[in-house]
Amino acid sequence: MELPLLSIIVFSPAVGALIIMALPKHRHNDIKLVAAIASAISCLGSIYAFFTYDTAAGGIQFEEQFAWIPAIGTSYHVGVDGISLPLVLLTGVIIFAGVLVSWVREQRPREFFALLLLLVTGVFGTFVALDLFLLFVFYELAVLPMYLLIGIWGTTRKEYAAMKLTLYLLIGSSIALAGVIVAYVDAGLGTFDLLKLAEAGFEPGLQTLLFLPIFVGFDVLGGLWPFHTWSPDGHVAAPTAVSMLHAGVLMKMGAYSALRVGVLLLPDAAQVWLPWIVILTVINVVYGATVAFAQRDFKYVIGYSSVSHMGYVTMGVATICALGSSPEGAQLGLSGAVMQMFSHGVMTGIFFAVVGLIYRRTHTRQLPELGGLARKLPLVAAAFIIAGLSSMGMPGLSGFVAEFQVLMGTYKAFPLVAILSLIGVVVTAAYILRFTYMVFFGPLKEEFRGLPPISAAEKFALAFMCIFIVGFGIAPGYILQIIHTGVSEFLAAIQ
Amino acid sequence: MDLALTAWQLSPELVLLVAGLVIMLVDALRPRESDSGWAPYAALAGLAAALVASVSLLGREPDVVLGVLAVDGLSLVAKMLALVAVAIVVLFSGPFMKERASRRGEFYSLLLFATLAISILTGASDIVLVFLGLDFLSIASYVLTGYVRESKRSSEAAIKYFLYGATLSAVMLYGLSLLYGLTGSTSLDGVAAGLAGGSVGNGMILAVLVLVMAGLGFKIAAVPFHQWAPDAYEGASTPVTAFLSLGPKVAGFSVLARFLYFAFPGEVQTNWVALLFALSAVTMTVGNLTAIWQRNIKRLLAYSSIAQAGYLMIGVASLSTGGLVPLLFYLGAYLFANLGAFAVVVAMSRGQSGEDIGDYAGLAQRSPGLALAMLLFLLSLAGIPPLAGFVGKVGLFLSAVDRGLIGLVVIAVVNSVISLYYYLQVVRQMYLLDPQRDEDVAVARPVRATVLVSVVGVVLLGIVPMLLLPLIEQAAGAIIPGS
Repeated sequence: MELPLLSIIVFSPAVGALIIMALPKHRHNDIKLVAAIASAISCLGSIYAFFTYDTAAGGIQFEEQFAWIPAIGTSYHVGVDGISLPLVLLTGVIIFAGVLVSWVREQRPREFFALLLLLVTGVFGTFVALDLFLLFVFYELAVLPMYLLIGIWGTTRKEYAAMKLTLYLLIGSSIALAGVIVAYVDAGLGTFDLLKLAEAGFEPGLQTLLFLPIFVGFDVLGGLWPFHTWSPDGHVAAPTAVSMLHAGVLMKMGAYSALRVGVLLLPDAAQVWLPWIVILTVINVVYGATVAFAQRDFKYVIGYSSVSHMGYVTMGVATICALGSSPEGAQLGLSGAVMQMFSHGVMTGIFFAVVGLIYRRTHTRQLPELGGLARKLPLVAAAFIIAGLSSMGMPGLSGFVAEFQVLMGTYKAFPLVAILSLIGVVVTAAYILRFTYMVFFGPLKEEFRGLPPISAAEKFALAFMCIFIVGFGIAPGYILQIIHTGVSEFLAAIQ
Repeated sequence: MDLALTAWQLSPELVLLVAGLVIMLVDALRPRESDSGWAPYAALAGLAAALVASVSLLGREPDVVLGVLAVDGLSLVAKMLALVAVAIVVLFSGPFMKERASRRGEFYSLLLFATLAISILTGASDIVLVFLGLDFLSIASYVLTGYVRESKRSSEAAIKYFLYGATLSAVMLYGLSLLYGLTGSTSLDGVAAGLAGGSVGNGMILAVLVLVMAGLGFKIAAVPFHQWAPDAYEGASTPVTAFLSLGPKVAGFSVLARFLYFAFPGEVQTNWVALLFALSAVTMTVGNLTAIWQRNIKRLLAYSSIAQAGYLMIGVASLSTGGLVPLLFYLGAYLFANLGAFAVVVAMSRGQSGEDIGDYAGLAQRSPGLALAMLLFLLSLAGIPPLAGFVGKVGLFLSAVDRGLIGLVVIAVVNSVISLYYYLQVVRQMYLLDPQRDEDVAVARPVRATVLVSVVGVVLLGIVPMLLLPLIEQAAGAIIPGS
């Protein structure tokens, strides 16, 4: 029998969570060790899957399937293709780094790590699920622990942020669920299998009706304007590792599900609605960047920058509606969107890790109160600058590979949109440079002279994430090959 | 007539009757000051025997005993649900009742009589038996509600419950007499035959339906017949509250399903589907919106169970497409989550206090296991995966969409998010706030067992629903309308 690689990746964190719950609560080191091992297994598993995926063969690989609830036609069906595989890798990288930067957590660590790992099982599961019922199970499993993670261990207005986030996301997913149920019944196939439903060919009228509930319902989690307001509040309130996971991975879950379910099941309606959605994404990009520029709280800057960068993802997805007139544009745009999901995920992971490390040492996130930290924390500064340059779209870093493709694709499909969103690029460059200067350069404040250095675990976590930004920036060939395989197949499927 | 066969078919009811009588007699004959710790065990034995009797009847050809009581899939599965529910209530009521009432034999015999009434109602296929069963159940419930005589709240609740119930059962009786007058029959298929052919006007049928729904709506606590529920739930002792949130619902929904589906088939259906659509939408919305403002945990669970009745009515409205399976499965999911939640309430209450949501502050630190269990129960009620409530809800929604009730599904989806808001208010107290007291929560062993059983139920039915579904499917396939 073949090793069920994806199931190991998905359930290793959940098993870790169960073991942690069984440990006595004062054994902090054992708890952390179990969390590190469980996430390392997933991380290594996803790296292995990423590098052994057969790009020549393409299609869905590492597939597993067995019946689950035959009464409603749902099965445990998982597998990855060129679109989901980079996201599985992303999740593996971020959770491992996230556990490492949470090493010093002292307040109720048992519950913290158990919930964190449970959430990650949900995230992995969402990316590999090929059955819609299964997808919803994992999706909500990833959202709910967030309420407790933010509510218990968060900071700034944590209860408000936790409740707002949970309700926003669950309203979105419930509406999407209602849409999917209507599609299921209409198809009359008696199955929740995504691949079978995708071939059902719903009539255009129904598609038009269902597209907004499903696509937008999911993309609430993708930070689509004007449903994004939960996101900055949530990211800021969350503890470091949770912000990393949330902005880094969970938001991708929303965009991914919108694409995988909304566009794949309802391709005709996508042609109708995406030209309207693309307008929202321009607002995402430009408004997000502008508001980020105006912040004084370091973490809010990153929160709004996520809103802005996630705009590129949905923008890239929206180029699909130009499939008829400019297939090349759609191919570029969607590839860029997938690459952007990966690139932004790692980049924002670094951002939130850096904000967290600095806050733990200085006890402030107010930008004017910081300064000159590069002298005390040179490695942290280096990591932040690498991520910052990547988010500005500097060639040689992964952000460039992503945003360049999105903008090229968009230019071919909607020239005006691409030009307008250049404003976002300019503003992003402005706030990244400004805040990098305010935090890391200039005179070192007197009270920061005695800052403790960063620990080995934190160093490793930052370096680990930077490898992917730089590596896929300089040599994007392999990841692009995977993404292009997935995107071509996806576009062929909806044509 | 084969007497042995009839006795076998009636064995669940007979066992309950005998057990109830025995407990009542023994309790009356024993000296006044003697301990009645034996009573719950005797009740459990009676319930277990009735359960065995019901299981033994599974898989047989459906039949109608004495022309009035159906023994079929619906009645057997509903009976089994009710028996399991009451057994769990008995299990965790032991320590609770010991502190609050001196003679308890009577309490358990009343519980068994109420169960007998439910058992009869699950199979009642004659409108006279329906009425008798409902009143039997009501009277037992009134007494149970006011059972803790020392408590003023308990007595007040019982009186309110009684006044409400008496009025609505009179209204229902009026509806049933109209039905008899219109069709000349008291059996359900006789009624169906009388209504067929369009001799009775739609307006008249609707009037009958509304009058009958008043009585059944009272049992399942559907809006606008729900006002008794929060007061009765709050005033009754917690085990009785747990019983009230389940027993009458199982009975009410089996009667509703049998009655509507078999007595009003065919084109008459349009009438009651529309009526149930409206009632279901109003019930869940009012239940959920009112629950938001509750500070007492039992009142909160009362409004939550009103909302749950609304979801269950979706299953009744879409009976013709989805059949009984989604309805019965959801009842099962609701049973474990609700009983579990009430068991936690029992564990948390001390004397007359401990029922405010604020008393749950920091429970996750005082008793992590209890908090986790409560979290799972509430999330299952909210329909969050991977718990039983999610599977149940998806099942209900599927059959409703199939029946063309997309609007109702949308309303239900919005409602589940509203419900999550107030369930999370309890979670917030348990997990986000710091404890106000330091002492550990002492949980008696039977209560702990109940919580554990319910957790297993909620999780297993969510992850491996196939444990229960085949049984329900097989049983739901074997249904007969009536004699």
